[in-house]
Amino acid sequence: MIAVQDVSKSFTLHNQGSAVLPVMTGASLQVSAGECVGLIGASGSGKSTLMRMIWGNYRIDGGSIRVGTVELAGAEPRAVIALRRGTLGYVSQFLRVLPRVPTLDVVAEPLLALGVAEEAARERAAAMLTRLNIPERLWGLSPTTFSGGEQQRVNIARGFIHAWPAMLLDEPTASLDAGNRAVVLDLIREAKARGAAILGIFHDEDARAQVCDRLVDVTGFSVLR
Amino acid sequence: MTRDTPLLSVQDITKTYGGRIGCADVSFDLWPGEVMGIVGESGSGKSTLLSCLAGHLTPDTGRVVFDTRSEGPRDVLAMSEPERRMLARTDWAFVHQNPRDGLRMGVSAGGNVGERLMAVGARHYGRIRDEAIDWLGRVEIAADRIDDRPRQFSGGMQQRLQIARNLVTGPRLVFMDEPTGGLDVSVQARLLDLLRGLVRQMGLSAVIVTHDLAVVRLLADRLMVMKGGQVIEQGLTDQVLDDPQHAYTQLLVSSVLQV
Amino acid sequence: MSNHYNFAYLDEQTKRMIRRAILKGVAVPGYQVPFASREMPMPYGWGTGGVQVTAACLTPEDRLKVIDQGADDTTNAVSIRKFFQRTAEVAVTEHTAEATVIQTRHRIPERPLTAGQILVYQVPIPEPLRFLEPRETETRRMHALEDYGLMHVKLYEDIARNGAIATSYAYPVKVEGRYVMDPSPIPKFDNPKLSGTPALQLFGAGREQRIYAIPPFTEVISLDFEDYPFEATKAPHACDLCGDGGSYLDEVITDDAGGRMFVCSDTDHCASRQAAGHRGRLSPQEDAA
Repeated sequence: MIAVQDVSKSFTLHNQGSAVLPVMTGASLQVSAGECVGLIGASGSGKSTLMRMIWGNYRIDGGSIRVGTVELAGAEPRAVIALRRGTLGYVSQFLRVLPRVPTLDVVAEPLLALGVAEEAARERAAAMLTRLNIPERLWGLSPTTFSGGEQQRVNIARGFIHAWPAMLLDEPTASLDAGNRAVVLDLIREAKARGAAILGIFHDEDARAQVCDRLVDVTGFSVLR
Repeated sequence: MTRDTPLLSVQDITKTYGGRIGCADVSFDLWPGEVMGIVGESGSGKSTLLSCLAGHLTPDTGRVVFDTRSEGPRDVLAMSEPERRMLARTDWAFVHQNPRDGLRMGVSAGGNVGERLMAVGARHYGRIRDEAIDWLGRVEIAADRIDDRPRQFSGGMQQRLQIARNLVTGPRLVFMDEPTGGLDVSVQARLLDLLRGLVRQMGLSAVIVTHDLAVVRLLADRLMVMKGGQVIEQGLTDQVLDDPQHAYTQLLVSSVLQV
Repeated sequence: MSNHYNFAYLDEQTKRMIRRAILKGVAVPGYQVPFASREMPMPYGWGTGGVQVTAACLTPEDRLKVIDQGADDTTNAVSIRKFFQRTAEVAVTEHTAEATVIQTRHRIPERPLTAGQILVYQVPIPEPLRFLEPRETETRRMHALEDYGLMHVKLYEDIARNGAIATSYAYPVKVEGRYVMDPSPIPKFDNPKLSGTPALQLFGAGREQRIYAIPPFTEVISLDFEDYPFEATKAPHACDLCGDGGSYLDEVITDDAGGRMFVCSDTDHCASRQAAGHRGRLSPQEDAA
């Protein structure tokens, strides 16, 4: 489902004497449907960079990344947008939303973009928020006012609201208490069971052991040692 | 949105003012439902480009091909003026930075919203008024303000009224020139949220000119960066902002004050 | 000629120029034709446009009638009538039926006009879109492109503010399905008479330098909304002098105790009816019949 083939990436810092920072070379991995693969490697070894390239957020300088049938290297913006809408889900570490938009709508938004009716989308968002123990009195408020743990759960609710066939998870269990952590691990198991291909970064070793089928060490792809 | 024709296809637009370049060799395709942001500092040519696209300025060279409802793709620049005007009040909309440029300040809110309907032949007062009330609601203006003139509105309300006035005929393409410029930050957020909702509900395509990177990150699917009349970088909005390739874009992104 | 004026005051070249503008106006009904308006020996606002059109139309055989708000005997009507008596030495009349050329300010005579008659209107502001769009370049383009949505915005505002179309004079019309036109400040009661009349109707705006025309048997429709249709309204009374219930009335205050009467604004119409024996509520009592 997700196929990374010989990918390289470097950053050119034009405003700092055009310094070229190569960060990755020869990166290759595969994630099949129903499988969860964990990325490991020291901090700064390029785990997030690789995730961001698969998400289409960073440009791919060399090699190929395919998600489903879509080639991300050199992809048209509209192809990436379509991929994100229906095929590829992403739970990032940070919640970036418009102030003022109620939490319920933040969570329901991916469904609305897919054309689900507003009522139905809100119902599903409510169910997901309930499951992640976000009290109902907060649903009408903007998550920008929430604590870190609450924001993270809103982020996860949004990331699991639709059954994307491929998913990227960046530290989904960070800053969660035991109860909510268990809910998230269940969500991941359910996603795997329905056949989602999942690529994740988990610093939480126990979580990693519980959901990951195998691990890929990105240190081998890293140019910076 | 299954048709495989761009809604708007811009080809090699160049506009010079005497010897000075307004914008040069700009080309892009805008697909149905897409929102494209154009950023750049003052004098970068972004407003000139928008004026050329919207038919307010005639470019020296190039084509602006719009996928019309009835006749498919047509070069807007080659249309007769009546055709272009009809397009401008049915399928197109233009939201000005200053609501005074886009509203009739001496006409009531209802009359402002109803004008486009009347221009395309609506002749039933009651229905025009119902439609105006519906649209005021959609832009969060209370129905009892329908007979007030825009002068009595705050800046944010004026801007929302301008949006209602533009969208009442169900256009497919909206041009926006700094739609949040001159508004307080709190009002900006509300307007952006409103615009985002309308874009999604109506399946609008939009070209938004702004110098505010936060606005494009929240509204635009795609981004075009201009400098000195040239397009120096374009692509997916978050890719251009998070992994800028061009020196100028890197400077632009790194110059944003973090809050 | 005993006086030393050219016939009808204007020189022949000026009259030719005005006639060309009139012909163009007749050819394009409702379209405002620019013309080189001359200085006239009367102030703007006193009908200089109408006077020039009349001067260009008059022949020595014509019989002229001049009315101001329907009356033959008000200052404006009297002075213009005298002007042409002196400069053109034409016959004059107060009877609508006898006149070949009628210059009018703000009324159409009650008596239906007939073929061969010319009705000349004095127009203060010929542009119906002016109060909505101040730029002349833009209003011209709007006419050219039939971009008339704005005209209905004005009527919309009227209803929104007053609950009905409150415009009671200078009510905009569409001529022969094409040009939107200001019929000059006639009461909207007169609007239906604009349409389909056998007479030629000419409009002259001196200060604004525009001439326009409605040829005989031209369709003229008053703009409106489906749910607020045009209505030709008048005061709901009969004339207190001649008893006519269907003519346009002036309200006359008769004392400072609230006394008032309604009389026909068309003095010829009223006098003719009284001469024929019609009487109204306040007609002088005849001593012995």
